[in-house]
Order: sequence, then C-alpha cells, then structure tokens
Amino acid sequence: MDLAVRGGVLGSPRLLAGPGRDITESLAPHLDRLGDPLGAVGTTSPRELIQRIRASGLRGRGGGGFPVGEKLAAVAAGAGVGNRAIVVANASESEPASAKDRFLLSVRPHLVIDGIEVAARAVGARQAYICVSQRSEQAVFALRQALLERREARLLPVPVEVVLAAPTFVGGDETALLSWIAGGAPSPTVVPPLPAHKGLTGHPTLVQNAESLAHLALIARFGPDWFRRVGTEEEPGTMLVTVSGCVTSAGVYETPIGANLEDILEASGWSVETEVILVGGYFGSWVSRQDAGVKALSRASLASCGASPGAGVILAMPKTACGVKETAEVVDWLAAESSGQCGPCVHGLSAVAACLTRLASPASARRADLGRLLRWCTEIEGRGACRHPDGVIKLVRSCLQVFGPEVEAHRSGRCFGSYEGWLPLPATTQQVR
Amino acid sequence: MKSLYLHVNPITCAGHGLCAELLPEAVRLDDWGYPMVDPSPVSPRILGHARRAVAACPTLAFALRATPVRRLISPRVDEAGENDKSH
Repeated sequence: MDLAVRGGVLGSPRLLAGPGRDITESLAPHLDRLGDPLGAVGTTSPRELIQRIRASGLRGRGGGGFPVGEKLAAVAAGAGVGNRAIVVANASESEPASAKDRFLLSVRPHLVIDGIEVAARAVGARQAYICVSQRSEQAVFALRQALLERREARLLPVPVEVVLAAPTFVGGDETALLSWIAGGAPSPTVVPPLPAHKGLTGHPTLVQNAESLAHLALIARFGPDWFRRVGTEEEPGTMLVTVSGCVTSAGVYETPIGANLEDILEASGWSVETEVILVGGYFGSWVSRQDAGVKALSRASLASCGASPGAGVILAMPKTACGVKETAEVVDWLAAESSGQCGPCVHGLSAVAACLTRLASPASARRADLGRLLRWCTEIEGRGACRHPDGVIKLVRSCLQVFGPEVEAHRSGRCFGSYEGWLPLPATTQQVR
Repeated sequence: MKSLYLHVNPITCAGHGLCAELLPEAVRLDDWGYPMVDPSPVSPRILGHARRAVAACPTLAFALRATPVRRLISPRVDEAGENDKSH
C-alpha cells in the first residue's frame, strides 16, 4: 500500500495547479496550461538560464536544501566538448514516510520532464536519466506514458531513460544512485570526486530531486521574481510535504515554505491526541506539539529546535505511543539498511540501535547505556563515506532530547506509552535479498 | 612548510589498527577497532612516524594529503555543514 492517496494544498498551488489534483495531466492539457518550456526559454543562453535559477533562490527539495543554481553552475563549469554533462533526476524516494516525488510523477509527470529538459539545456547535457521508486506503479506508468507522448510530439530534445530505483534506503544517496544507474551495486562511493565534477561514467553529472526540477521548469517559464512571491526571503517558493500519522487526511500537500507547522497539521486533520511530530523524515527530528504551534516549515525557523524540513516529511504521533520505542525500531531498521561498507556505520549503528532498544524498555534500561550512547554518537558522526550514519545519529540525538523524560522514566522502571508502529518500516534490504 | 593531514578511506579501511599502533599521537581506535583520526595538521615532530604508519596500512586506506579533512561540501550538505538526506 502506498502513502500517496490524495493531494491537498495550502494557499495557491504551483506544482499541483491545474484541473484535477489527483489525476495525471497528459501532454495536451499540460501544454495548453503552461506552453512548451523550451519555447519559453527561447534563445536564453545557458549562462543566463543558470543566472535565472540562481536569482530565484530555489533550494533542492530532496532534503539537503543545497541551492540548485550553484549546483547547475558547478556542473556546467566542469562540462565541455568531449566531456558532456549528464542530468539525473532523483525520484528514488527511499524515505519510507515520504511519497511526494511519486505523487508528483503520478499527477504532473510533464512538469518533471520539463525540468529535466531545461536543466539539460542549462548544463549542455544530451543524456538524461530519471531514477524512480518502484513503490508506486502509478508513478512509473504515468512517467513512461508521458515520455511516450513527448517522443511522439517531438518535444523531447534530450532523451530520458527511466531506471527503477534500488529497493534500499541508502540507494537514494547521490553516489549510490549513480553507481546503480551505471549497473553496479546501490552503494555510496567516497567523495570527492563529487558527482558534479565526476559522476556517471566520469562525466560531470547533475543529480537533482524530481520536485526541484519541477520548480525549475516553472522558474524557466515565469521567472525568478514570480518564484519569490511565495515563501520566505531565504527559502522562496512552495514545497511538497507528505503528512501522515495520527491525521484524518494523510497525503501529499503543497504548501508555501514558511507556513505554520500547525496550519499544515490542521489542514490534514491532526488528532487532538498528537504529542510529537517527526519532521524531515528518518534523518529528521522530533518536534513537540508546543513547538509545532510556533514553528514555521522552513530551515530557519526549525533550526532553533534542531530540526529542518528535510524532504518534507511531517508525521504526527499521539501521546499513547512511547517515542523511545518508536524511534528505537526505526534506528534498528536504519542500522540494517547500512550498505555495509564502512566499519563505523556497520558496527557503530548496530551498537547504537541495540543500546537505544535497551533504553526503550524499563526492563533493560541501564544508567551506563545513556552515557555510552552519547559517546558513540559523537564518535561515529562524520566517519562514513556517505551521510547515513550522520542522519541516524541526528535522529537518535533528537530522540534523547525530546523524549528525555521517557528515558529517565524507563531507567526508574516506568513507561508511559507503548510501541504502536507509527513509523512505517519496509522490509529491510537483507530481507529482500 | 606546507601542512599535511591524515585521511582514512572508510570504505577500504578494514580496521587492522596498525595506524593506531604506529601513530598513537594522532590515531585512536573506536570500540570496534576502526581509527578515529586527529583532523588537525600533522605536527612536523611526528611526520616521520605518520609516513611509516601510512606506508604500513594493509588496505592502503590511510593517507597523508595537503588538503584538510572536512565534512565534504557535497551538494547534499548545506553551507552550514548540516547533514541531511534526500532520496
């Protein structure tokens, strides 16, 4: 079963604009509504195009929030004759609590393809890939159908090859993605070299989240000033969020960046029982209900409570659930999802998971475990080839901070909640194998 | 003289631990036997020992380079160096 069952909006939508928010928009209505993206770009030089994206202030919507214009410039700078750039759209969305990229592809596939074509123009690429999650047949179908339509209409100057994403969590990492597309294992590689300098088959490669590319397509049409009319000064535009947990209307919502967290939860019908909210995903942070009332969905606002919007995951959890137990299950799952390459990740994360699991139960919580866990967090951070260990450590730290009173209670033999399984846990890679 | 820094390739490192044995001044092992390396420039006083430790690494994972070890400015990491993940 997939999370993406319905779409909603706060304010006026951009990506989800147009008729029928939950149905696939085919090429003809897409062109009627928005016109040909490369036609709109016209004779704009690649340099000007990149300048336009830079001026828009668009940041990546995959979780890292890196400025898209800077990345385009880095790829374009490294590319040249005989060393053409390659564009890779990342819709692998391996984050279990996220469904926004699959949803976007199911309803507005042409917007993402527009973005790929415009980005290819900007960096001078003649080759593009889109790596799409296998979790939604609808998204894969809509994407392939859309590509067929464009090929027939001769609106696909740069061919786009569809690759099904590896069914692993780490497979969505940029370098793992490129290794997978090249036919290898979906395992991260050591950086540098960055994909932007030396990516697929050694070529400068632009890896960009699918939603970021859809925004890019709209900026190419309507300009940076239009893009900046919504959102905040630092983080302009709208973003897609996946809201789930104890809400009546789980789904993918388009919201202006900077919207109040509580308003988003209100729109999705959050339960009065809501106690905490997981923001950003499994590499994200827990935010208390009180904080949700005063925090906005932006990096700047969430930073003060150690969180960030990440890839737009918002998951509400009721007070009946024990936050330590829920987190411990996820950390255990994440530890098993390590690609198994780096010692500190393989051994460190499984030790961290076991330690947190002990702290999650009054029967096993020991005083020494908390100190040990904090020391391991400091020692493991930054010592993997990719950021998998760092992301897990971030979640563990947030758990210890927000659920500190629960950990204390467990150590004195009491527990106020139980494990209710609010955080989805797909079969681990090991089980799939 | 130009500063040199110690680097570990975490993928090729198999935790033999020779680096910590030969260069305890700059390397300490974690609870699983993998090296935690001092990120500051290698002191000229121990440079000879550092070179011998690098040469002794059985998996060639240990290296001396002129570039400092820093959190990689990858397109996935923002300017503040905060870690996050997409997918």
